[in-house]
Amino acid sequence: MHNKSIKELAVGLRSGEFSSMELTQTFLNRIKQHQSLNCFISVTEDLALQAAQRADVKIAKGDASLLTGIPIAQKDIFCTQGVKTSCGSKMLDNFISPYNATVVEKLNSAGAVMLGKLNMDEFAMGSSNETSYYGAVKNPWHTDSVPGGSSGGSAAAVAARLSVCATGTDTGGSIRQPAAHCGITGLKPTYGRVSRYGMIAYASSLDQGGPMARSAEDAAILMQAMAGFDHKDSTSVDMPVPDYQVGLANEIKGLTIGLPKEFFGDGLSNNVATVIEKAIQVYRDMGAIVKEVSMPNLKLAIPAYYVIAPAECSANLSRFDGVRFGYRCAYPQDLTDLYTRSRGEAFGKEVKRRILMGTYALSAGYYDAYYIKAQKIRRLISEDFKKALAEVDVIMGPVTPSTAFGIGEKIGNPIEMYLSDIYTIAINLAGLPAMSIPAGFAEGKPVGLQVIGNYFTEDRLLNIAHKYQQVTDWHQRSPKGFE
Amino acid sequence: MTLTADDVKKIAHLARLGINQQDIASYTHDLSGMLELMTQMGETNTNDIMPMAHPMDQQQRLRADEVTESDNRNNFQAIAPQVEEGLYLVPKVIE
Repeated sequence: MHNKSIKELAVGLRSGEFSSMELTQTFLNRIKQHQSLNCFISVTEDLALQAAQRADVKIAKGDASLLTGIPIAQKDIFCTQGVKTSCGSKMLDNFISPYNATVVEKLNSAGAVMLGKLNMDEFAMGSSNETSYYGAVKNPWHTDSVPGGSSGGSAAAVAARLSVCATGTDTGGSIRQPAAHCGITGLKPTYGRVSRYGMIAYASSLDQGGPMARSAEDAAILMQAMAGFDHKDSTSVDMPVPDYQVGLANEIKGLTIGLPKEFFGDGLSNNVATVIEKAIQVYRDMGAIVKEVSMPNLKLAIPAYYVIAPAECSANLSRFDGVRFGYRCAYPQDLTDLYTRSRGEAFGKEVKRRILMGTYALSAGYYDAYYIKAQKIRRLISEDFKKALAEVDVIMGPVTPSTAFGIGEKIGNPIEMYLSDIYTIAINLAGLPAMSIPAGFAEGKPVGLQVIGNYFTEDRLLNIAHKYQQVTDWHQRSPKGFE
Repeated sequence: MTLTADDVKKIAHLARLGINQQDIASYTHDLSGMLELMTQMGETNTNDIMPMAHPMDQQQRLRADEVTESDNRNNFQAIAPQVEEGLYLVPKVIE
């Protein structure tokens, strides 16, 4: 049951082959069985079984959507009413959200069954899931390796078949990089396509929620339920949502693919490059035309991102002050001591590092040199994409320079960890949609192909991914021990 | 650009962020490394470039001035560290 697609499960639920109760129990059992992966921060077993029971009634009445009765899991960054929403931090270890994020509301009303809340890097700051207060997540393909981050729990849970699909969020690659490292399909939508209401903010001009699933078809179904205008999010874009399933099988003959030479230069491992070149050959064989494009400012994306994201984070995380919710230190001497010690005791090292960096970049005398300069560079990067996407339909390249690294291998060297985000963060700066698609293996670990499209072309990206998955089976492979 | 331990203490104070004495050296090292990375930006001329704050260059959306939310105070204060009669309690500010 746990290897079936959403469509296959929907058929099984309707034919009476199994109920949502049985399906949900199967996944709850698998979560227990594979607890050592540390994918979940909270498992909401009772709520899941109640939701499954309601779903079975709906299905029996013929009043169901494709997602009704399908077990899913939420990244613990999305607020869930009455359920702990920790964001991977000690700061929110005691936080029971008083409301639902719009994404949670939408998936609940579609009838999806939430199994629990997924582990993640603290406040989504990290590329390895090692900064979580709840400990690192293990990569099911290689349990000594990281699953990537920050949506590491989401990627590992989907890869290990502990959930049919999951939500993730992507500020600098946090959907695509763990999807690549765990061999699943992830979509970072256009900025503004999915509501950020109730999604705990890290860097507000970059954050975007999206679907993580085994196939492009499952991702399209999940995306359909997540996307859309929300008046509660001031940056939500009021544009109609297309039907993401209807064009999945469209022909891609004549598709023009741009390969930025900067994505294939120094720093890219030979084994990853070989896998990516083979994947692009598959597209050539399907009739795509491949061209070289250029992104001259790509290398500036890392410094610009590590000014802008920490600056926004230092402002956003000022709300965690020990007064209204979350952690409060014991016996505060005065108000400053209350703020300083509550924040000092409850934030982890990576979060502190970014708050310090952002505070510095925004402080008097440095604002123009760092923050304004970074925003100007951001425009240059965005213009590079605009030019390239005027010449080609999509851009392709690797998601990451190498396969998943070892747990503990890079955590002591934050700058080296930041540099590994080189192929993903520029997309967030520009606000474009991009996907990671399983494209093969190097050193026995999964490799992801990145497909970047123009604004609001998620339907086209899903179509391009689906066509690849019709002629390859990388997305169907299971890690050993999780078949 | 290199920071000193005193710079880091000053920044931490601005952020109202407690940091352990024994971690100051590593923060100083890491932040200096990040600033070093950022000097790359200086090599590019951006004189005539408009700063980009938002990917869609969107205007702030306005809404009608209507009441849409009901009073949720009890709900929100149920998760607060310390409240009394509808007020959030903090250490005394004025003697």
